[in-house]
Amino acid sequence: MISSTTPLVSATGVSIDYIDAGGRRTTAVEDASFNVQCGETFVMIGPSGCGKTTLLKAIAGFLRPARGMLLVEGQPAREPGPDRAVVFQDFDQLFAWRTVRDNVVYALRVARKMPSGAAGKKADEMLALVDIARAAHRYPHELSGGMKQRAAIARALALEPSMLLMDEPFGALDAITRNQLQIELKGIHERTGVTIVLVTHSIQEAIYLGDRVMVMSSFPARVREIVDTRDATDIESTHFAELTGRLRALLVHREEQLDQPDRAAL
Amino acid sequence: MGSLWIRLPVALRYTLLVIAVLLVWQGYVSISHVQKLLVASPIDVAHSLVADFQSGQLTKATWNTLQTLLEGMAIGAICGFVLASFAVFSRIGHDLLTVLSSIFNPLPSIAILPLAMIWFGLRPESIVFVVALATIWPVAINTDTGFRTISNTTQLAARNLGLRGWRLVIGVLLPAALPSISTGLKASWAFGWRTVVAAELIFGVAGSAGGLGWYINNARYYLQTSNIFAGLVVISVLGILVESIFGLVERHTVVKWGMKRAA
Ligand SMILES: Nc1ncnc2c1ncn2[C@@H]1O[C@H](COP(=O)(O)OP(=O)(O)O)[C@@H](O)[C@H]1O
Ligand SMILES: [Mg+2]
Repeated sequence: MISSTTPLVSATGVSIDYIDAGGRRTTAVEDASFNVQCGETFVMIGPSGCGKTTLLKAIAGFLRPARGMLLVEGQPAREPGPDRAVVFQDFDQLFAWRTVRDNVVYALRVARKMPSGAAGKKADEMLALVDIARAAHRYPHELSGGMKQRAAIARALALEPSMLLMDEPFGALDAITRNQLQIELKGIHERTGVTIVLVTHSIQEAIYLGDRVMVMSSFPARVREIVDTRDATDIESTHFAELTGRLRALLVHREEQLDQPDRAAL
Repeated sequence: MGSLWIRLPVALRYTLLVIAVLLVWQGYVSISHVQKLLVASPIDVAHSLVADFQSGQLTKATWNTLQTLLEGMAIGAICGFVLASFAVFSRIGHDLLTVLSSIFNPLPSIAILPLAMIWFGLRPESIVFVVALATIWPVAINTDTGFRTISNTTQLAARNLGLRGWRLVIGVLLPAALPSISTGLKASWAFGWRTVVAAELIFGVAGSAGGLGWYINNARYYLQTSNIFAGLVVISVLGILVESIFGLVERHTVVKWGMKRAA
């Protein structure tokens, strides 16, 4: 399933700094190296505040790495654009003054320069795909959290991006809605083959959705390990349980232990 | 009694109260035999209203006032909007807005009228000028706040679509800031309305181009008390009307979109 051509995203020794108002520099991501292959679901997992969003924003083009090389489709990551459609955790990513359908139509019109007829048709298709067509004419504030995320996913998918960047998209949802959306996202991924870079702090979500899971340590974020989780889809299986244990062990390492990762792993 | 009152529709409750006030007013004038020169009765006021609207005098005064106000407000709102946009996109613009609004906002713009009269003479431009000065600050300050408080995620989502520059401003920042902008416009209308009437009262003598303030002042000059009241009634009713138009517009925009609670 994964093509052998150049990776979609290629990070080599990427470090990302924040410079505050006083000119002080803090490093949020340190020396991260990884590749995202075309068509896979690549998951970044790590403790809260470790720098996952920062890394995702850099891929999306909102931030520039201070050091290292971050390539998207072989080129240094450019300005933000619809080729890297982002689904955020916050619900206010939808434009409050537009209905669900209008949000998708507007995105297609500005980002893909589609005429309104074609944009409307595409929007209806996408709303059906994420099962929110019945709320097409509602305004975002009239939707539940899960429906808002469905709408945001529909808008992102409609752009036919070369990758979907998702920052804890289900993090603010209740467990039942979250599970349902995880199942649907997996289905969408299988049907569309879109490359997904997913940030999460749920181990179960990472294994279930991910083809590979990159475990990050906090702060500044470093890549601890990239774990292959491709064939773990059955939550009941022993393989799933093993992977869960492995990721948990990687995640609970304390800062002191991070200096000697090799010894800690023994 | 209390629960019966609550069960009535709100429009009826307000109408009943207005009628009650009018009855008390009429009763006071009829029973106390207060001099007509001091207090006109509602019936006299109604007669004056009808007569002066029929003769076109009040219509013309109302129209003049509204025209002056709209000109002043349009100039003030555009300047305020430009100033706020400048403030959002540059540090010096932000500092300029802070300094200018700190200096001018506490100053009742009516206090500028004597100066305006020296600059522009006894012409409507003087009033337009002070009205513009009264409306620019509420628009500028609120628009600035509106732009500054746009959710970060909303901005990122817009940039993710590839929006930049003026297309970003018009397509996303402006609608996202609309609740604050509309608050600013409402405040500027309130300031502008008071200022225009006050300026016309002081201005008084501006001849045929006189507005409602001039109409009231004129009635005082000829001791036509009921016409003074008629002028006040028109001012109040127009104020209510414009307020409700603002309310209506908000209900069909920012309130409908869940960006602002219904008043
Ligand atoms: N705009 C910013 N300015 C300064 N520091 C920031 C900024 N955004 C995030 N950080 C810091 O960078 C670190 C990583 O943040 P983030 O990438 O949001 O973490 P995560 O998404 O993994 O929870 C945090 O410690 C956070 O405080
Ligand atoms: Mg985050």
